[in-house]
Amino acid sequence: MINTALDLVTRDGWAVSPDNLADSPLAIRGLTVAYGEKPAVFSVDATFPAEAMSAIIGPNGAGKSTLLKAALGVIPRLSGDVTIFGAPVDAARNRIAYVPQRASVDWDFPTTVIDVVLMGLYRQVGLLGWLTKKHIETARACLGRVGMADFAHRQIGQLSGGQQQRVFLARALAQGADLYLLDEPFAGVDAATERAIVDVLKMLKAEQKALVCVHHDLATVDTYFDHVLLLNVRKIAEGPVETTFTAENLQATYGGRLATTHIEQLNLAAGAA
Amino acid sequence: MSAFLNALLLGAGYNAALVAIGAALLGFAAGAAGTFLFLRKRALVSDAVAHATLPGVGIAFIVMVLFGSEGRSLIGLLLGSAVTAAIGLVIVEWMARRTRLSEDAAIGAVLSVFFGIGIVLLTVIQSMSSGRQAGLESFLLGSTAGMLYQDAIIIAVGGSLTVLATFVLRRPMTLVAFDAEFAAASGYSVRQIDLATMGLVMAVTVVGLKVVGLILIVALLIIPAVTARFWTNRSENVLWIASGVGACSGYVGAAISASAPALPTGPIIVLVSAAIFVFSLFFAPARGVAAALYRHWKFQRRVHLRQGLLELARGEPIFDTFTWRTLRRAGLIRRDGVATDAGRAQAAKAARDECRWDIARKAHQDTALTGRYDGLTPIEEVFTPDEIAEFDRLIGGPRIVRPGDHQGAPA
Repeated sequence: MINTALDLVTRDGWAVSPDNLADSPLAIRGLTVAYGEKPAVFSVDATFPAEAMSAIIGPNGAGKSTLLKAALGVIPRLSGDVTIFGAPVDAARNRIAYVPQRASVDWDFPTTVIDVVLMGLYRQVGLLGWLTKKHIETARACLGRVGMADFAHRQIGQLSGGQQQRVFLARALAQGADLYLLDEPFAGVDAATERAIVDVLKMLKAEQKALVCVHHDLATVDTYFDHVLLLNVRKIAEGPVETTFTAENLQATYGGRLATTHIEQLNLAAGAA
Repeated sequence: MSAFLNALLLGAGYNAALVAIGAALLGFAAGAAGTFLFLRKRALVSDAVAHATLPGVGIAFIVMVLFGSEGRSLIGLLLGSAVTAAIGLVIVEWMARRTRLSEDAAIGAVLSVFFGIGIVLLTVIQSMSSGRQAGLESFLLGSTAGMLYQDAIIIAVGGSLTVLATFVLRRPMTLVAFDAEFAAASGYSVRQIDLATMGLVMAVTVVGLKVVGLILIVALLIIPAVTARFWTNRSENVLWIASGVGACSGYVGAAISASAPALPTGPIIVLVSAAIFVFSLFFAPARGVAAALYRHWKFQRRVHLRQGLLELARGEPIFDTFTWRTLRRAGLIRRDGVATDAGRAQAAKAARDECRWDIARKAHQDTALTGRYDGLTPIEEVFTPDEIAEFDRLIGGPRIVRPGDHQGAPA
């Protein structure tokens, strides 16, 4: 092999060209993040497509959440470039909505469901503005979309895990973004909530929004997602689910941690060798 | 007592009234700024900041004396304290972020070192010729005795500005306290907002040095917020209630102190707020201890009532004394343990609902609904009347057992 680098790019079926970069809702180039002196994510390139649902998958500790947080500037990056619709992240903040992991906050915090959703509107309201009836109606509508309209005045500590996740999604909806980044939206939620969340995400896709989810359940990758990034500290593969979500790539991502029998049970793309 | 009432009603002289109003404003500002300190779970950082003011007071005094003034200008002393408090704050932040030390270790180190430096400086000042009248030790525990009109104005203006800034920043500070990751992703600088929160705390500390003193100002920052938490589940309300509790404590404390000038002001104000805290701890309806006990007792009663009714329906004797008392008090059984008419009716209803749940588990599609069975939730809250009617049809109609009948006859 002489042209190894070129070969890798084309094998993904995802050729990288400058115009492609500007079109992409989220393009990451050479991103490295380290905790202490150990890289959690090393030199990752990724170009997520528009009007699609993309998954970031990989084993525990592969740096999936880290990648997302570093792309958003929530945690500092050591090197690399990130563009949102071709613009630097800070210039595109109002086009991004973020759903953090449910476990990342204290649910005994003194706040109600509607107040959490209103947090998605804080930037729009500004420091000196007032929350008006219009804002509250927006928040209520977002709660309605996730099936939580009746819970508006509950204290958040009284919600089940699935309900908490729906509230976070409603807050992201209130942000009115074009790119939705979700960190494990299906982790530890009940079946009804998973269906409700998927419905909302598919609706967003139909509205021509782009979605990127950190995802852990390999069994649902092919039904929920269009595009997949396989990650284990470095990028293993990236591309449309039909061509990229293969047994070979999964083995490369998960190594011995994924039993062969488990792989066989998945509805995998025909192994592209 | 009448002196206290006089002070409370602003009748103890112009100066005392001024001090009481100043202390109330200070308490309001402390409650407001402290709310975000408490929500962010960084209460003890304020203790480090407070102790770090002492060297500043000493240095400012020495500098002012060196420049030929008397060294008692309150604004000069407060500016000095603000400088060292800021240095202490920056060191705590830096140690927590850049070294592997945890924040509490950094707080401990900064607090003790700065306080130590401050005490050394105060001792040096005591030995200076003009030091004896300085009264700098009143900054430790606060004193309103001999407070001047200008001093009260400084406190009032500083307190008001702090309240205003807290109000403007309340939304970003709430967001960072609840979900810092989301705040960062939305483009807020978490670090700057944290620094702003601490800046407000520092402002309250410096403004409150004269009245409350540096050792106890942390109490006036934290106790109102903790107290407010017992009364409400909304952060916006925590903010207002904490401010109210702080203002109340400041006002009443200053009034008591004015009527008994030998008492140091700071401890009195803190004790007043502690009294409100203890009252709230027990009697607040939202999260107080008494309310929680009452709710638990009511819940326990529901459980025993339900179990008792099911035992009655099965014709079992009731052994549990709490169950027995619950049923007796509700008039469902007689003294000899036999069910009353009401008891029989309710027992039949309870037994029937159990049957309905059994059928629901078999017949109903939605496992999320049938999964809501917990023995207590009334079936009417989970299923619609037509669904329940359908369960009843599957059970096969209610049966009434009449005295004399040996077998149940369909009604």
